[in-house]
Amino acid sequence: MHDMSAHAVHHHAPPTSFIRKHVFSLDHKVIGKQYYGLALIAVFVGMVLSWLMRIHLGWTNYPIPGLHLLSSNGAPGNVMTPEYYLQLMTMHATIMVFFVLTTAPFAAFGNYFLPIQVGAEDMPFPRFNMMSFWVTFTAFVVLISSFFVSDGPTLGGWTQYAPLSAVGKVGGPGEGTGVVLWAASIGIFCIGQLLGSLNFITTTLDLRTRGMSLMRLPLSAWAWFITSCMGLTAFAVLMPGCILLILDHVAGTSFFVPSNLVINDQLQPHSGGSTLLWQHLFWFFGHPEVYIAIIPGMGIVSHVLITAMRRPMLSHRVLIYSMGALAVLSYMVYGHHMFVSGMNPVSSLAFSFPTLIITIPSTIVVLIWLGSLYGAKLRINTASLFALGFISMFISGGVSGFFLAQPSIDIMLHATYFVVGHFHLVMGVAAMFGIFAGTYFWFPKMFGRMMNETLGKIHFWLTFVGAYCIFMPFHYLGMAGNVRRYQAFVDDYTQRLIPVHQFITVAALLTGLAQFIFLYNLMHSRFWGKPAPDNPWEATSLEWSTPTTPPPHNNFGDKLPEVFHDPYQYGVESSTGDYVMQASPEKVKSAHEEA
Amino acid sequence: MATTVHEPPKIERRPDPRLTSHSGSGGWRNLVPADGNLRAVKDYSPPPASTGIWVVLFAITMTFAAFTSALIVRKGSLDWRHFTLPSVLYLNTLVLFASSITLELSRRRVATYMGGVRNQAAHPARWLYITLFLGLMFVAGQYVAWLQLKAEGFYLATNPSSSFFYVLTAAHALHVLGGLGGLIYVIRKLSQSALRRSTLNATSHYWHFMDVLWLYLLLLLWMKL
Repeated sequence: MHDMSAHAVHHHAPPTSFIRKHVFSLDHKVIGKQYYGLALIAVFVGMVLSWLMRIHLGWTNYPIPGLHLLSSNGAPGNVMTPEYYLQLMTMHATIMVFFVLTTAPFAAFGNYFLPIQVGAEDMPFPRFNMMSFWVTFTAFVVLISSFFVSDGPTLGGWTQYAPLSAVGKVGGPGEGTGVVLWAASIGIFCIGQLLGSLNFITTTLDLRTRGMSLMRLPLSAWAWFITSCMGLTAFAVLMPGCILLILDHVAGTSFFVPSNLVINDQLQPHSGGSTLLWQHLFWFFGHPEVYIAIIPGMGIVSHVLITAMRRPMLSHRVLIYSMGALAVLSYMVYGHHMFVSGMNPVSSLAFSFPTLIITIPSTIVVLIWLGSLYGAKLRINTASLFALGFISMFISGGVSGFFLAQPSIDIMLHATYFVVGHFHLVMGVAAMFGIFAGTYFWFPKMFGRMMNETLGKIHFWLTFVGAYCIFMPFHYLGMAGNVRRYQAFVDDYTQRLIPVHQFITVAALLTGLAQFIFLYNLMHSRFWGKPAPDNPWEATSLEWSTPTTPPPHNNFGDKLPEVFHDPYQYGVESSTGDYVMQASPEKVKSAHEEA
Repeated sequence: MATTVHEPPKIERRPDPRLTSHSGSGGWRNLVPADGNLRAVKDYSPPPASTGIWVVLFAITMTFAAFTSALIVRKGSLDWRHFTLPSVLYLNTLVLFASSITLELSRRRVATYMGGVRNQAAHPARWLYITLFLGLMFVAGQYVAWLQLKAEGFYLATNPSSSFFYVLTAAHALHVLGGLGGLIYVIRKLSQSALRRSTLNATSHYWHFMDVLWLYLLLLLWMKL
């Protein structure tokens, strides 16, 4: 431990007013919890939207009681119109990708634990950090407000392909104000995440405590650092794209709308724009975004598993390098989303190679996990179960990526449910499992109480089995030629697939209901859970060395910790048992070779 | 303002890690030595503003790279009509460059001032105010350029070249306004004798970057490809 009296860069006194303490807080821990709360609200909104879509797909034209309350135009007589189906699909995807999969594993856990894991008392720019959350919250409000404008939210999908997204009301319901609100929301969201990334990067580079070299950072901290570097690049490109889209809409410019375009028998006044330009700008962000969603999960899961296995990963360094390689390659592969866009086939080939290459670091990561797990005496708890579930989902969803990486196969499968199954498993469900693993693992530190393990395990098994029941059949539907984004199936060959859709719908409803067990566990444990000890999992990293649980305002009290060891010294002989804390000066026998 | 007597701002000395250390002493320049003897670590990690400013500049570079790629794609279409740039832009360029010189003068004076030499004829804030004024002149000049274009009948949606002109100049002007906000912050901190050298350096890096960015944008808009 060392004196931090000279430390002045980011010191701020504990707040006293309610507003400064809980609303406009500068404390990274409060901001992390605010992000988590936002993600929690968003995920339940997104889930209910998916329920509505699934009911409609299983039993088209069946009235859903109360649906007209959500939109009288979109659901006359409680029956969903085709346009409203697409509007719900767009909002489900946008909410889940941006406000759940980006905010929870990266912004929420990263905000709370990155400064603690590096041994700092806060982020270097707390005001930017506070702005980051409130800007993101504003973005969410702007997006949700599109439900309440006259023709509802946009129906263009989360990718908002031009030209339909850029021509205004003539493009369909929600293509007027809905698109403007969508683009404004995402543009604002980008600002929030850029501010967050700035803090994450500088925290990792500059605020590490004495002895905390880069290779001594836990894998979760590495994952957040790599993700913030990606966020900085990706969101900085999406924002100008959103600005240009809004201008096409409201100012009559022609960035994305080509000449002589006739929509609904109306000649559009635009000229010369490029529809592919939007796709390039979008996917240059969009593909890294899926890694922004999954890499924090990889870090969290590795962190949780190591604690449960009581031994480090086969290679700490290779795991970090692989996550770094994923980050770099993710910018070179984005064109694989555009194989069917009419792009030059040579470009398709150029994007196909890195897409196949990116499977190498992914495979290395998976093999390190599996190899490390081999023969390990795993401590089974809800967090480690969800970590195992993450690996399972990542493999199941990732394997189909090998097929989709090849343009010749992708052209057949691109517009089918095969792709829906692929990305939901590998990016959606896997990332959600990462969030759950992180929640069950860090909840005791965040709230000072334990979560109920029995309810947690029930939640895990229902979610694990349920997720496979929902998303595996998607692959079969896709191979059978079932197109995606359709709101009803009337052709002969798709009608035969409707029972599969009904099965998926039932699975989705039940799996969704199981999430209320989690919500109950979260809320109940928050107030009435068993009080948590400082280090319930006998873990080694700095978040478990805080003087109190939850950590005090400045994380470590009067003294910042000094780091003496690699993050994962498990399976050693020390005075504490089979592990030695990073901040413990104790020299231990048979310690793992330091990185 | 020039006659006001201020206390010299705090001097940000390099802390000796053997005597004092703070959060950040394990920073990127400060790897653990092979023998594990942390006491032998001599270097100290930079204040976050020094790193943070490069992170900010990288993000801005990415944003304008995206705009550039859009412009290049769009220039390839048949309806691109190149137009002569308003002449006031060249004057604005000189004003912006002059503001960089005054900021640099100011930075040096503040450094001397921070070093404890106080028999300067003028308080260093004077040059900061001049920089601020020149920055505002630049933004006003850009607005004049817009008015000139408008008078010639070039609006935002007239043709793609005018669209990009307005978008790029507006995006750049917004960033310059952000820089002006930074300058005001520096002036305030200086008057409170609480300015950190790293904050001043970060602000000046940002400001000079705005020059380079503007020169790049001017070239991009001026070129006939």
